[in-house]
Amino acid sequence: MTAHLSRRSLLGLVGAGAGAYLLSGCSDDASDDPDAPQTINWWHIQNTEPMLPVWAAVAQEYQGAHSNVKIEIQPLENEAFKAKLTTATQAGSPPDLFQSWGGGVLKQQVDAGLVKDLTETVAPWKDTLLPLSLEPYTVDGKIYGVPFDIGMVGFWYNKDLFAKAQIAAPPATWAELLDVVRKLKAAGITPVALAGKDKWPAHFYWAYLSMRIGGLGALQQAAKDKNFETPDFVAAGERFKELIDLQPFQKGFLGAEYGSPDGQAATMGNGGAALELMGQWAPSVQASSSTSKKGLGDKLGFFPFPAVDGGKGSATEVFGGGNGFAVGKDAPPATMDFLKTLLSVDVQRRSTKTGAVLPTVKEATDAIADPNAKVVAETLAAATGFQLYLDQAYPPAVGQQVNDSVAALVAGSKSPAQILKDITQVAKTQ
Amino acid sequence: MTTPSILSNAGPGGRVTEPSGPGSGGVRRTGRRPRPGRRRALAIFLTPSLLLFLLLVLAPIVVASYASLYKWNGFGLPENFIGLDNYTRAFADPVFRGDLWHGLVLIVLSLVVQLPVAMGLAMLLNQPLRGRAIYRVIFFAPYVLSEVTTAVLFNLVFSPNRGFGDAISRFLGADAGAVFADPDTVLYAVFLVVSWKYFGLYMILFLAARQNIPKELNEAAVTDGASAWQAFRLVTLPLLGPTIRISVFLSVIGTIQLFDMVWVLTGGGPIHASETMAVTMFQYGFRRFEVGYASAISIIMFLLSLVFALIYQRIVLRRDTEGALTVQGDQR
Repeated sequence: MTAHLSRRSLLGLVGAGAGAYLLSGCSDDASDDPDAPQTINWWHIQNTEPMLPVWAAVAQEYQGAHSNVKIEIQPLENEAFKAKLTTATQAGSPPDLFQSWGGGVLKQQVDAGLVKDLTETVAPWKDTLLPLSLEPYTVDGKIYGVPFDIGMVGFWYNKDLFAKAQIAAPPATWAELLDVVRKLKAAGITPVALAGKDKWPAHFYWAYLSMRIGGLGALQQAAKDKNFETPDFVAAGERFKELIDLQPFQKGFLGAEYGSPDGQAATMGNGGAALELMGQWAPSVQASSSTSKKGLGDKLGFFPFPAVDGGKGSATEVFGGGNGFAVGKDAPPATMDFLKTLLSVDVQRRSTKTGAVLPTVKEATDAIADPNAKVVAETLAAATGFQLYLDQAYPPAVGQQVNDSVAALVAGSKSPAQILKDITQVAKTQ
Repeated sequence: MTTPSILSNAGPGGRVTEPSGPGSGGVRRTGRRPRPGRRRALAIFLTPSLLLFLLLVLAPIVVASYASLYKWNGFGLPENFIGLDNYTRAFADPVFRGDLWHGLVLIVLSLVVQLPVAMGLAMLLNQPLRGRAIYRVIFFAPYVLSEVTTAVLFNLVFSPNRGFGDAISRFLGADAGAVFADPDTVLYAVFLVVSWKYFGLYMILFLAARQNIPKELNEAAVTDGASAWQAFRLVTLPLLGPTIRISVFLSVIGTIQLFDMVWVLTGGGPIHASETMAVTMFQYGFRRFEVGYASAISIIMFLLSLVFALIYQRIVLRRDTEGALTVQGDQR
């Protein structure tokens, strides 16, 4: 009796383990028949208002129209998603439909055979999308993911503080920007908000300067050659150092986070600094983390990253990224159809109306309400080139090293030439 | 100190037969060599925990040490065997060497600041003091908070522009808001937060140990003309020995594995100035997808803890464990 009991509890344990493994994200629908009963496991990171209910409603409607399809949604917080996906992909069982930023991480997943080639799936409707938007999701000419949100990084500025420092127009060149910073300082205003603890916000400066000085091709070439020790990158570091040496950042910026109550976004939203270099989500995060919960409202303005005199890059080339979905290797056939629904004009309009998404479907851009978001969308639509965030575009180790090294540059512990040596060294190991 | 004798002390068989005759040969024999029925009972009780131990402790160690010999990004199976390169790389990496240094600084600070403070408070709260129960609860309270909660709390209090602690310190002419943002001070700031959270635990341990010392011993010492300091140094302190030794042990092992607090407080920054081995491991494993290298760091952490634990048990804790066994022997 007792022995029997122990054997059973043992089996139970094994069963529980296997169950947990299965739950961790694979649905083994081997059938290719789109009409067979199937379950789509969907992991997204829109885990808060306003997008959370939109996705839930879209899934509900889809299930209503397709009685054989069940959609299991798992909304995850950004960092939690990355950790959980890492475990799932390392176990070889990615979810059926999941958040992707494209770039180097997606390429690793492609190399490991974990995601589906979507080139043929999207071929019939890919012309409805902004052509630039698919670039980060294209690996060796094939499409492995579809973006539903795209934006760009640029300068967000406080018009009142600019007026107070008697600055008439936003700067168009890097030299003018440095002048603006000097004027703001002279007027007793903190010029720039920066989240030093998070590292990625600082890498925007270095990447944009590299793009403006070396041209869009330089960033891609450097990754290919695994060599960042070129005069253009040194110049980019030195230009950035000019800004750093003006000590333009808010007090305690090295310990500041982006979204915390005293972080970069809050400092901007509370009127504590005049400028920040940030992506399309900046206004909404400024609002939600500011004391008034309203942010700067119409006092907030946007201007693209300025040109650098003598640089090879054009001021119409943009740096940014967005959110999209990739499809896991074992995904049931209905996943592709559901993906198409997510990228329909109707769903894109509904997503856009929340203010949290800048649509990739051209026809849905009419749903953009915020004037600043319109400026971003228009700049993006007129862009002559697109570069994904470096910490996404490059292999993860190189991307993280860029963030790390730029943080050292900002803190003054390494020189522009030293950081290039560090980045190159990591790139060579990849 | 062999395993069977522990089993016989803790196992159900020993307990049941105990009243029949302390020290009788029969009890010992059943203790050493359980009858088939008892063996089955042992198997039933031990299997689940052994299984979990194998699955959740031993297996990961084996997998990690295997992975640490490969250059592996975590996808598929490790194929690129590089021998001990990950280990030599770690010891050549300034960031990892910084981790070791930070660990050492934190350990030394814990031993010379945190434990003595906890001890002093415990002695103080052992005195007849008005409201000492309240003090005990207050000092112990931080230990109840999770590390993450503590870290978020301190982030808010010492927030450079809005924090309460920052405002007070500025009123007093200091600048506490900058301590987490300055590479020169951040490690000490982290140490203070760790101490704030954990001194209560050590205080309670010392307090409990202090209360186990019979009053008569101190009274006898005082009667013999010992001053309060002499009574403490020559009577109380030696009798607190086992507790002090185990506290040092817990403190060192805890510091080697420090992660949550640092991760939330500073993320290891600025510029790696407060990074610990566990933070570096997480960075490489989950951010850079260099799972092989991260495994090597985790194995180094494991070995450091293991070697320290073994040596410490062998040399420092030996008297204590022997003492414990003697006591049990006497009871039999």
